[in-house]
Amino acid sequence: MISQLFVLSQRGDNIVFRDYSRDVHKASAETFFRKVKFWNDDGEEDAPPVFNVDGVNYFHVKVAGLLFVATNRVNVSPSLVLELLQRIARLIKDYLGVLNEDSLRKNFVLVYELLDEVIDFGYAQTTSTELLKSYIFNEPIMIDSAVMPPLGAASIFVKGNKRMPGTVITKSVVANEPGGRKREEIFVDVIEKISVTFNSSGYILTSEIDGTIQMKSYLTGNPEIRLALNEDLSIGRSDYASSTAVILDDCNFHESVHLDSFDTDRTLSLVPPDGEFPVMNYRMTQPFKPPFRINALLEETGPLKAEVIIKVCADFNPSINANTVLVQMPVPKFTNRVNFELDHESVGNTTDFKEANKRLEWSIKKVVGGAELTLRAKLTFSQELLGNIMKEAGPVSMTFDIPMYHASRLQVKYLQIAKKSKAHNPYRWVRYVTQANSYVARL
Amino acid sequence: MAPPPAHPQRSPSPSQPSGKSEVTDLRSQLRQLAGSRAPGADDAKRDLFKKVISNMTIGIDVSSLFGEMVMCSATSDIVLKKMCYLYVGNYAKVNPDLALLTINFLQRDCKDDDPMIRGLALRSLCSLRVANLVEYLVGPLGSGLKDNNSYVRTVAVIGVVKLYHISASTCLDADFPATLKHLMLNDPDTQVVANCLSALQEIWTLESTSSEEAAKERETLVSKPVIYYLLNRIKEFSEWAQCLVLELVAKYIPSDNSEIFDIMNLLEDRLQHANGAVVLATSKVFLHLTLSMADVHQQVYERIKAPLLTQVSAGSPEQSYAVLSHLHLLVMRAPYIFSSDYKHFYCQYNEPSYVKKLKLEMLTAVANESNTYDIVTELCEYAANVDIPIARESIRAVGKIALQQYDVNAIVDRLLQFLEMEKDYVTCEALTNTKLESSSMQVLVKDLLRKYPQWSQDCIAVVGNISSKNVQEPKAKAALIWMLGEYSQDMPDAPYVLESLVENWDEEHSAEVRLHLLTAVMKCFFKRAPETQKALGAALAAGLADFHQDVHDRALFYYRLLQYKVSVAESVVNPPKQAVSVFADSQSSEIKDRIFDEFNSLSVIYQKPSYMFTDKEHRGTLEFSDELANLSINAEAGDSAVPAQRVEANDNDLLLSITEKEEGRDAASNGSAYSAPSYDGASATSAASQSLADLAFSSTSGSGQAPASSFAIDDLLGLDFSVGAAATPSPPPLSLNPKAVLDPGTFQQKWRQLPLSLSEDFSLSPQGVAALATSNALLRHMQSHSIHCIASGGQSPNFKFFFFAQKAESASIYLVELLINSSSAKSQIKIKADDQSTSQAFSTLFQSALSKFGTA
Repeated sequence: MISQLFVLSQRGDNIVFRDYSRDVHKASAETFFRKVKFWNDDGEEDAPPVFNVDGVNYFHVKVAGLLFVATNRVNVSPSLVLELLQRIARLIKDYLGVLNEDSLRKNFVLVYELLDEVIDFGYAQTTSTELLKSYIFNEPIMIDSAVMPPLGAASIFVKGNKRMPGTVITKSVVANEPGGRKREEIFVDVIEKISVTFNSSGYILTSEIDGTIQMKSYLTGNPEIRLALNEDLSIGRSDYASSTAVILDDCNFHESVHLDSFDTDRTLSLVPPDGEFPVMNYRMTQPFKPPFRINALLEETGPLKAEVIIKVCADFNPSINANTVLVQMPVPKFTNRVNFELDHESVGNTTDFKEANKRLEWSIKKVVGGAELTLRAKLTFSQELLGNIMKEAGPVSMTFDIPMYHASRLQVKYLQIAKKSKAHNPYRWVRYVTQANSYVARL
Repeated sequence: MAPPPAHPQRSPSPSQPSGKSEVTDLRSQLRQLAGSRAPGADDAKRDLFKKVISNMTIGIDVSSLFGEMVMCSATSDIVLKKMCYLYVGNYAKVNPDLALLTINFLQRDCKDDDPMIRGLALRSLCSLRVANLVEYLVGPLGSGLKDNNSYVRTVAVIGVVKLYHISASTCLDADFPATLKHLMLNDPDTQVVANCLSALQEIWTLESTSSEEAAKERETLVSKPVIYYLLNRIKEFSEWAQCLVLELVAKYIPSDNSEIFDIMNLLEDRLQHANGAVVLATSKVFLHLTLSMADVHQQVYERIKAPLLTQVSAGSPEQSYAVLSHLHLLVMRAPYIFSSDYKHFYCQYNEPSYVKKLKLEMLTAVANESNTYDIVTELCEYAANVDIPIARESIRAVGKIALQQYDVNAIVDRLLQFLEMEKDYVTCEALTNTKLESSSMQVLVKDLLRKYPQWSQDCIAVVGNISSKNVQEPKAKAALIWMLGEYSQDMPDAPYVLESLVENWDEEHSAEVRLHLLTAVMKCFFKRAPETQKALGAALAAGLADFHQDVHDRALFYYRLLQYKVSVAESVVNPPKQAVSVFADSQSSEIKDRIFDEFNSLSVIYQKPSYMFTDKEHRGTLEFSDELANLSINAEAGDSAVPAQRVEANDNDLLLSITEKEEGRDAASNGSAYSAPSYDGASATSAASQSLADLAFSSTSGSGQAPASSFAIDDLLGLDFSVGAAATPSPPPLSLNPKAVLDPGTFQQKWRQLPLSLSEDFSLSPQGVAALATSNALLRHMQSHSIHCIASGGQSPNFKFFFFAQKAESASIYLVELLINSSSAKSQIKIKADDQSTSQAFSTLFQSALSKFGTA
């Protein structure tokens, strides 16, 4: 099924390379990297995840700046191979705590150990973090992970008076804590990626939420867990639910999830396997309140001049902050100078004109709920514009992370751990984060 | 503990290149440690081993350390063992003698008390891949298969496949397949079962070409008891094994409908699996099981739609792309089922262009009366996109939707807006579209210019305003010139614009533009002769003097036509418009069905059936024999040709009820499945915008690929240069046995075994192509030359034949695969022969026989 599997660094170095059936030439990694790097002449288009060069199929996924690649010569299910590559990346992360080039280089022997068990002669064997534990003997060499929190700033949460450090989730499933005894805890993250397109008058053209309930368990003894969601949750659009109900278009579940009582009380029960895994993926096209409203205005102010005004309103509770907000807008290609003017000289606000791809960038470190921010930019052109200026610029796009915010209103009502002893109470973390997937306002 | 073998006395020479110094270093350090039992030696060894493996990973050849590595491996440290196994597995093949050294400790480890050590050792033992060591494998494998630990059994099962690839006979002699079959049906561990299934599929598929028994065994894998046994346990399998089982179930043919519904009910919840590969494999089962039930099949589309859309939006961009490609295939087959989901196919600004391209095609396909306005509005947003290739595609998509005839006015309006956008690439696409637009409009509405005067006036006004100097891109320029010729009666200054273009003939670098200019001047001349005469004269003179062969030829042709009779010239150059409803589909329906049959495979991503991208030896015999089975087999090939039966594509007519539109589109090629490939039928469909004469020439102007463009004229006159080519070399004295006999089984076997000795491409004479229409004519014709057909099939325009011939008074057999494309008149032969030295002579004979086809 798979002939070779290798992991390349961003520069194309082999970090691990495993040949299973030897029907693909040894230089395949080089061929692959050259092909991906120079997919087309101008280097603007990305190589597709699957392509064929001289009868060899190359499959790849990009994770944490690394390229996980498989090759073969036979016709197989592409999604099987891509899922497998993705799963291998996740397994490695489970074992190393942090997945990046550095950790991989330090632990390549452990990675070989994993690869040997996950794939035998090209056939997928087990990918269960838990089952594999008994076959892995190398101790992971931890790297300093404090600098790379997994969910950006969202990884620091305050819940009650317990403060949870962002590094907790980057611990390996096999490494022992410095204190000796393992900390009993379980993390449930509700991650929602939202896509919204506004037309020029601010009306929502399309909107969608792609959500995942991600779980990472460090509980010993494999206790059963019950996860309760909103009671008024309905799936499929045919239901006539009340206007406050959360209506999902569709969802799917991890194979460990039992749905016996899901239809009656919207609870999921499962015995969580070790490592990180998605409990449930869901998709929603029901209208929802977008966290940001964007108004963008572009006006010609002279023969070689125009002005852009972008107004961003944070339409959420003041107790919540949005982080790492970035607003971008392409401007006409003859633009050669831009003067920015910000309303509030707030800290962490930077503006930039990217000359090479003719784009305005406005990055804001933190936006407090209810805030209204305005950017004015005066554009100067090197040539007179011939056509309609509106067709030469835009749209405005935005990326952000909002911790503790769930656009869909889907909630984890409670997280119950069936445990024999009452004295023992593991830590339970339920976190929400909403991220922009494609957040676009047209001019 | 095995005593360490004597040190090979190889002292590093002082003149060694510096790159090797590290390896030398490692060697001496390894030697020092080899016998050491000191505490901490294992840690030191670990570090050294890591260095060796890290060198191995980056491609430095460390095979020279083999002896030292083996010496150091006498250890109980499992981490060391594993690294050593990894090393040995990598280099044993290049060091077969040294590999023997490892057998000893591996065999011993295979009997270790710890099942993990047993498993690891067995896996490494089987991975040595050294042919002369196979005798050492049989024993440990046999006991591994019977091991009471499931880990060892899973390793042993894969070990059997490894052994099969090193030495098939050893594997079969030990009767391992039978053991695997027993394990598959009885083992409590599902991973063992899954590995047995993979192993048996691989072994029996490879064996089935030479052994009937293996072919039968392979059949039993898709028999009811096995399928039911696996299905009943499906939830115990790992997700990867589930994919394997589902793939097998998709091949199963249930005996009745209730069985189909049982299977579907059982698998229903697999569609909710988080793993996209499981969902796609389940979808394949559903789609294939219901092929014969049109209404249920349609419900399956509805059922799998939501899960697939969820898969597209969940997961990584790569996984999402794999699922989207499959959704694309389904949308193309049954667009109307997805017409209300069009918003899912809107492009996001940050998506990679390969995703956007798929989505644009899907948007085009699902457009209907109710959503066209939304879709076109959305597409127009992309047209202003900074991503130029996508902007182009978007405008093209608008044009395609316009051709589907919904809300034409609005779309024309949009296209005209593009023309005003002053972006060169936008103008180009829009012009090309407008051109297609107007030609199609003329078809739809008998006389567009009378019926929609306001539209044509607008259009012409806009086009007239585009100064030809502003348009630089050759395609755009060509389109503009085409419009000048086509609507010269409505554009007052058309002749003068054309005249000035002709004056600048030498500055026009694109041959395509010059060709269009010639035709446009001709058309203009027929409508406004007095004003154009001068330009025409100049154009023809310039054309005749042109260095480009096609331009020269076209000018000459026009000149002779005009000399002969102006009215005839007009009927050729400017005939009443041909019917153009939609773009001719680039892919035949046969190919599309093939891709659908191969659902959940790379074929869907590449949009090609697997035989187009896998080499024969890697295709797996399964697919090869399917290919032969798809063609009809003439069992009595030795006798007079038995009418080859037309092969029905599996679900050819299945979706007819669903996709009427598609059907209409394919009618030209589809209707004539095997027996009636009309010679000019293919060109009629693709006559998109060009007049008939243009087309006749454009086929010649494709002579970039033709061997020599100087043949172009002869070709036009119906002379076939392949005749000339075949006649020049004197035919070598090769004669064939007219009564040769070969049964299909032997043919298949030989075809697999023999290497390809010759492959050639050549063109077929038009008469030959025309004669293909009569079924079996070619078979009879070739038989008269002692070349017998064993199988044939295909649908217009692609035909495929397998022939064989036997050398007279010899047992030497020639096998031929002949592919003919009747629309391009191209063909390809692949010859395999017992006696390779005569295959060239045979090829000549074959081609000369073929070139006479249709002339008799």
